[in-house]
Amino acid sequence: MNLTSTVTAATNNAKKAFLDISHIDMVFPTPTGGFTALKEVDLQIEKGEFISLIGHSGCGKSTVLNIVAGLYQATKGGILLKNKEVNEPGPERAVVFQNHSLLPWLTSYQNVELAVKQVFNNTMSKGEMKEWIEYNLKLVHMDHAMHKRPDEISGGMKQRVGIARALAMQPEVLLMDEPFGALDALTRAHMQDSLMEIQNELNNTVIMITHDVDEAVLLSDRIVMMTNGPEATIGEILEVELERPRNRLSLAKDLEYNRLRSDVLTFLYEKQRKVENISTKANVAPSTLKKSVNEK
Amino acid sequence: MSSTAVNMNRSTVTEKMLKVFKSTLSKITNAMLLPVIGITIFVFLWSIAAQSIHTSLGEFPGPNAVVKQFSSLYSEHVAERDKAEAFYQRQDKRNAAKLAKNPQYVTKIRAYTGKETFLDQIITSLITVTCGFLVAAMIAIPLGIWMGLNKRLNASFNPIVQIFKPVSPLAWLPLVTMVVSALYVSDDPMVSKSFLTSMITVSLCSLWPMVINTSIGVSSIDSDLLNVSKVLRLSTFTHIKKIVLPASIPMIFTGMRLSFSVAWMVLIAAEMLAQNPGLGKFVWDEFQNGSSDSLARIMAAVVVIGFIGFLLDRGMLQLQRKVSWNKSSVSV
Repeated sequence: MNLTSTVTAATNNAKKAFLDISHIDMVFPTPTGGFTALKEVDLQIEKGEFISLIGHSGCGKSTVLNIVAGLYQATKGGILLKNKEVNEPGPERAVVFQNHSLLPWLTSYQNVELAVKQVFNNTMSKGEMKEWIEYNLKLVHMDHAMHKRPDEISGGMKQRVGIARALAMQPEVLLMDEPFGALDALTRAHMQDSLMEIQNELNNTVIMITHDVDEAVLLSDRIVMMTNGPEATIGEILEVELERPRNRLSLAKDLEYNRLRSDVLTFLYEKQRKVENISTKANVAPSTLKKSVNEK
Repeated sequence: MSSTAVNMNRSTVTEKMLKVFKSTLSKITNAMLLPVIGITIFVFLWSIAAQSIHTSLGEFPGPNAVVKQFSSLYSEHVAERDKAEAFYQRQDKRNAAKLAKNPQYVTKIRAYTGKETFLDQIITSLITVTCGFLVAAMIAIPLGIWMGLNKRLNASFNPIVQIFKPVSPLAWLPLVTMVVSALYVSDDPMVSKSFLTSMITVSLCSLWPMVINTSIGVSSIDSDLLNVSKVLRLSTFTHIKKIVLPASIPMIFTGMRLSFSVAWMVLIAAEMLAQNPGLGKFVWDEFQNGSSDSLARIMAAVVVIGFIGFLLDRGMLQLQRKVSWNKSSVSV
């Protein structure tokens, strides 16, 4: 509805971002009137960029992602992908869901196959498809369990297959909704390394939602920090100019890494501290944190 | 329990063996012994109760009388088959003789018109119930899927389903009978009217559990899986084939099993009134016949009806196990 105005705005600014999240508002209808979840979310993303969305629960990160995916329609504003408006879901914006969302009655291979068949039905032969499916499963190191069903593999493995399925669609933008949120810390670290390795090879455009500050700093080119809802919007954007390939061990002592990390922490726990249910302990934590930041 | 470690070790081994032994024993007890005990007690009580009930057709049949009737029903079946065989032989002979006399003679082959035996009636009943059930499934499952996919359709159809679901087959039967005799007019009918009436009544009554369960199964599919389908832009057909059907198979089968039980129950009543030559008609004919054996024969039919119903349900369960991806969702 607001397409023409956003298009002209985009051309006027003469910035042709690869993915343009343009002045988005999101209002959910509730029995007591509209609830404004997002207000004026505006973000331009370049091709090959890895963006993390971070913020407290309920701040509307997932809503942003779902709007980009086309699963929700923004109330105001819109999404432009390569200067075309997005208003329905599609495989060029593949989603890695939080809880893997594999079809439980299909094997890993068949889950990826469903996506590949749908996207490359007219451009690939059967043999090529098979190769492509196997290539993607190999990429996430799941080639050994290709013919196992989701209930026969672990949580981390399921998430790998979910990523393989998304990658196999060769998306323009890869959307990940807390992809490692449900995994234990060790598996999560392992998955992050895998993801960096894949990203190194494919250089996808990625938007990832996360709760994990380390994850955000380690993986992203930019960290988009969102303010608390209602009327959540982008609070700060942090450029992460750490050299790639990144190594979690050597970064742990890296000054720049720690500065970025504490910036994010300061934003989350000081500027955007959740006002509700603060215990005395929670009050102590940010101040000590602040001190350590100042010392540097 | 022993106090030293060595003794502990030894005793744990024996204990383990004992445990395994005990658990197998309890499994056998649970699976075999207890049902046998239950059935024995039931038969005992039945025979005592039967002796003290006197009807106008004699004593109420006890287990003995019923067993006797089983063997007599079987020998009647054999005798009837022999008669039929003899009839066809005579007919062949007669035709051959006529052909020998006059080569232009067009042979007439007539079917044997003796009465159906108990076994024939069982088979007729099975065919009728299967046809009725299949017709119902062919309507109910697509309708249920459609209702599950479309909230508005569901809202508009659900009241109708809920109202028709509790209707007794006996209420439908007169209507179905009249409609069938009005519409099914043919000089050379493929199937008899009574078959059609019973079958349609069975369908009408077994439709609803399938519709309800299928629509619930479809409408309660995990929204994440629906989002996957949306992101992949699956066509409606692929969406149904790849996501909706597999996801709702457990619920569809629950509905089918419920429906099949209903169908089997309805069938007996429908056959009684529609005079379709099946088990229902057998019971009715024996009741009308009123011989001293009648009650025992009806009781034999009751046992057979129950047993077949049980087997049909087990059959559906096996089928469900075979097609369902989620084996743990399949329960007795």
